[in-house]
Parts: sequence; structure tokens; C-alpha cells
Amino acid sequence: MLKQTEGSKAVAEAVALCRPEVICAYPISPQTHIVEALGEMVKSGSLTPCEFINVESEFAAMSVAIGASAAGARSYTATASQGLLFMAEAVYNASGLGLPIVMTVANRAIGAPINIWNDHSDSLSQRDSGWMQLFAETNQEALDLHIQAFRLAEELSMPIMVCMDGFILTHAFERVDMPSQEQVDSYLPRFEPRQVLDPAEPVSIGAMVGPEAFMEVRYLAHAKQMQALERIPQLSAQFKEIFGRDSGGLVRTYRTEDAETIIIAMGSVLGTIKDTVDEMRAEGHKIGVLGIISYRPFPLEQVKAALINCRRFVVLEKSLAVGMGGIVATDVRMAVTGTGLKGYTAIAGLGGRPITKASLHQLFRQAELDELPQVTFLDLDWDAVNKQLERERKTRRSGPAAENILHDKGLVSAKFG
Amino acid sequence: MFQIRVHGRGGQGVVTAAEMLSVAAFEEGRHAQAFPSFGSERTGAPVVAFCRISGREIRLREPIMEPDAIIVQDPTLLSQIDVFAGMKADGYVLLNSRHSFETLGLADLLKDRNAARFCTLPATELGLKHVGRPIPNVPLLAGFAALSGTIQLDSVIKAINEKFSGKVALGNIAAAEEAYLLVLAKMKEIADA
Repeated sequence: MLKQTEGSKAVAEAVALCRPEVICAYPISPQTHIVEALGEMVKSGSLTPCEFINVESEFAAMSVAIGASAAGARSYTATASQGLLFMAEAVYNASGLGLPIVMTVANRAIGAPINIWNDHSDSLSQRDSGWMQLFAETNQEALDLHIQAFRLAEELSMPIMVCMDGFILTHAFERVDMPSQEQVDSYLPRFEPRQVLDPAEPVSIGAMVGPEAFMEVRYLAHAKQMQALERIPQLSAQFKEIFGRDSGGLVRTYRTEDAETIIIAMGSVLGTIKDTVDEMRAEGHKIGVLGIISYRPFPLEQVKAALINCRRFVVLEKSLAVGMGGIVATDVRMAVTGTGLKGYTAIAGLGGRPITKASLHQLFRQAELDELPQVTFLDLDWDAVNKQLERERKTRRSGPAAENILHDKGLVSAKFG
Repeated sequence: MFQIRVHGRGGQGVVTAAEMLSVAAFEEGRHAQAFPSFGSERTGAPVVAFCRISGREIRLREPIMEPDAIIVQDPTLLSQIDVFAGMKADGYVLLNSRHSFETLGLADLLKDRNAARFCTLPATELGLKHVGRPIPNVPLLAGFAALSGTIQLDSVIKAINEKFSGKVALGNIAAAEEAYLLVLAKMKEIADA
């Protein structure tokens, strides 16, 4: 059924249609509306049987999800930013134990400086945790990916983060097609745990593993994700059969046929990129887009296949590997090793800085002329940066950088007098 | 695509206004996207929310920098921020005030522009009168429907009924209807002048 609703509410409804049995959550912006809506559904009795557990921290949220999942319950939680970092130890445990928890990450920057706005630093910081990570382009895709995520997680007995851009998607009202309970039930079977804590058939989960077996267990996590590379496109195709729309998959191309320049990105910024590309195509530019939906597992082959006929690519990412450059770009370059393709990295939108069509036009045109440096920081205010660097050169006690820059920009006064 | 920017202060229902506008457009079978400016939400702080309306899917995610219409929920913002920044030459402006643009010292804003696209509306007073609260957002939405014709009053009423129920819904509908007629009357005055 078509409806106009907030991204968070749409995701909450989709999660409810997946019949979760345990939801544990600790509120943190911009994820809060999702678990609030689910909490209301549990309280009103419209989502039953389901236990909603308010916990005292994100660490507890993931720990409770681990316990619930190990006891055979379909388990869900959501978090963002510092919340994800705070639960990090338990995040690794969930995947190490092979528990199919689904978690929404409403992507948000990581402090300091404290910032509630969107970028991809949070989930990308858990890149190697063993969780799969799927990135939604729209609210429709966000809700669809949750339904696919429960199926995939439970098939493989591995956890999944569904990543959606904080505020930009979570707080956006737009049209979504909400599936029916029958559709979801026909796609998502009952949870049959691969391992379960059952008093009738006792096992222990979480044994200490020494050098004799640790590598094998870790390799199995990798093997599961390699299996996921096979399953993700199949599950997306089956999804289309039942729900009638394309959602999910590993990667998605847009106007890449005959494209000399291909822009690669993840999440909601793909929409702005596509609009920019349409305008450039209308002017005769040979440019296309490659959206990455599955960040983990990373689809090396599909990325290479999509890029192989272009001349150059630009990875536009909302994340920064400090001291190195791009995070997603590193994986993309790995995918095209040996092809001789020119690749550029553009760091954009950190901490919620708007990514505008005007800036993208400029960036893409520079790329076409091969006038981009290896790493570009889109719309970086160099005056502000240089002023602070100069201050640090001149004065030992130059003060806190963030407060200085805010002061320079006239936003707040960090100093008194 | 038609792009609307709503300015106001925390507590005035700015974000709700943009969301309801998107629901009204959806009710007409159109695509709409509403989103807040993601500032820290504090009562009294300047807040901006956006709404795009289009006949086809909206993919663009940048803030609205060149609006086709601006709704200002709080006239005290005028001395604080440039609420008219980037406004298109033929843009619409609906301002919550009992006073005219001239009285507010905004005569310059209307220079070389189509006066029929500018209107003030005592929306806070209408909110107080019909809902008992000084929330100007719903009357302004109805006023915007009258001013621009971009959405129908019926669609605004549908959005009200989706958001509110009972007495609050009825009060808001009454406020919307009065606001709609007031703006229509003002526009007729301008047209006849």
C-alpha cells in the first residue's frame, strides 16, 4: 500500500512485518524514531508476540540481542554513531558467535567534535566486524532491505547492519509502498536457528578458542560472506517476484553504458548524483553511476565488471580514513587492480555537510578532464583550515581547533572577553 | 518540481508543516519529499524545513537553496536571518503577520516582483482562535494553498485529518478554512487594486 510517511516509521513498520520476537534498544539520534515506533507497536499489542526491552546502554542492547538470538528469538536493534562504538565489543561477539541479528544503523558522524548529522563513519568503523552491511538509497529501499536482511542473516546465521542515512532518510517524509503481512510471510520463513540454547538439548556457545582453531572459525565468517555474495542477488530477485520491485542486490548501475566516467557512491547521495548525471548526459557528457548496496561483503567482481569499460572513476564517499584518504575507494581500487583504470577519491558530506548538485557538477567536470588530485575534499573551506594551521604554527597554546573554527566562522564565541 | 522552504522557530510546528504539505501533495497523487534542516531542535531556535513536490520520483537530497515558495512562520526571524535567500524571481512568499509587507519595512522585497505572489496572514491569531494554541503552521498551509494553487484546500484538510483527530482536527480544519478565505480575499484586493 502506498503511503507518505517518515523513513523511520516506514522502517519500523517493515521490521514489525518481519515478526521480530525481541527488540532491544537504547535511544540515540537519528535512530530514535524507529525504536520509538516499534515500542509503541509492542505496547499497543499490534506487534505480538514480541518483547521490547529498554536497556541501559548500547552495549547492553547488543548483549541482550545476542542472548535473545542465542535463545532462538528473531532479534532486532538499532543504533548510530557513538552508540555503535559503545557496543563495538558486543558487535564483534554477535558475528563471532554467528548470531543472525538485524540492526539498523542510522548513519551519523562520530565525534569529537560532537556532531549528530549524517556521514558513514559509524558503520564503516565496524567494517571488519564480520557483520554484513547493506546501504539503502531511498526509504523504500531501506524498508525492503530489512525484510531481505532477516532472510539472509538467518540463512547464513550471520548478523547484518542495514545502513540508512541519518536525518536525510530517517527523517524524510516520502512515498513508500508498504508490503502486506502476507507478502512478507511468503518471503521470510520462520526463524530456524542453526544453534540454540535449549535446556532439553544443552550446548555451550562462546567457548574459548586457542590458536589451534581460531583461524578456522574466523575463516568461516569470511566464507559465510562469500556465500552471501551469491545469495544477495538471488534474494533480491526473489524479492522482486513477490513484491514487484527492484530492491537490494550487490550493486546497481545507472547510465553506465558507453560511460567514460563513472561515479561510485553508497546511500542516499546516489539520488543527487543521478540527477546531476542526467543533466550532464543531456549536455552530451558520457557519465554514469555505480551504486554499491552491499558494502560487506564487498562485491569485487561486480564492481570490476561495472567499471571495466570506463576510462576513469570517482569514488564519492561520506567517510575518511584519516592519514590515508578514502575507505570505500580502497576497496574499489582493489576491485580494479591490474586494469590500469584511473581512479579518484572525493571525500564529501562529512558531519552532514550538504552535497549539492552545483558542487557535483564541478567535481565531475574536473574528473572528466583528469584535473582532480587523487583525493579531493568536496567544498572544504580551505581558508578556515589554513587559518587554524597558521594559528598553530604561530602559537603553542592555539586552543581547541573546533572552537577556533566556529569562532572564525562567527557561529559561536568560544572565548569570553 | 516545486520547492518550498518553511522558516520558523522550534515549537511552531515547522517540520510538521513541511511533512503535512508533503502528505497533502501525496493525497493528490503526486510525489513529495519533506525533510528538516537537521539543526539542533530547541524551542525558540530558528528552524528550517523543506518540501519538494513533483510529478515524478524525487531523488534530489540537497537542501532547497532556490525555493519557489517561502513560508515564514515567525516574523521576528526577519531581523535575524535572510529567510528570502535564493528565492526565485517569480517566487511566492507567505508571511505570518497581522501587518502588511510595507508596515513590516519589507516594501523593497516586493520591488520588481509580482505582488499577487506575496501575502501576509495572521496565522498565530487563527491558531489561537480555532485551536486555542498559538501554532501558525496549519493556517499557513491553507493560506499557501490559496496563494499558490500548488495544492488544494481539500488535500490540506486530508493531511490535517491524518495528523490530528477529534477536537484538534476540527479546530485545525476551521483555522485552515478561514485562512484560505482570508488569503483569497487579500489576493482579490490586490488583483482589483
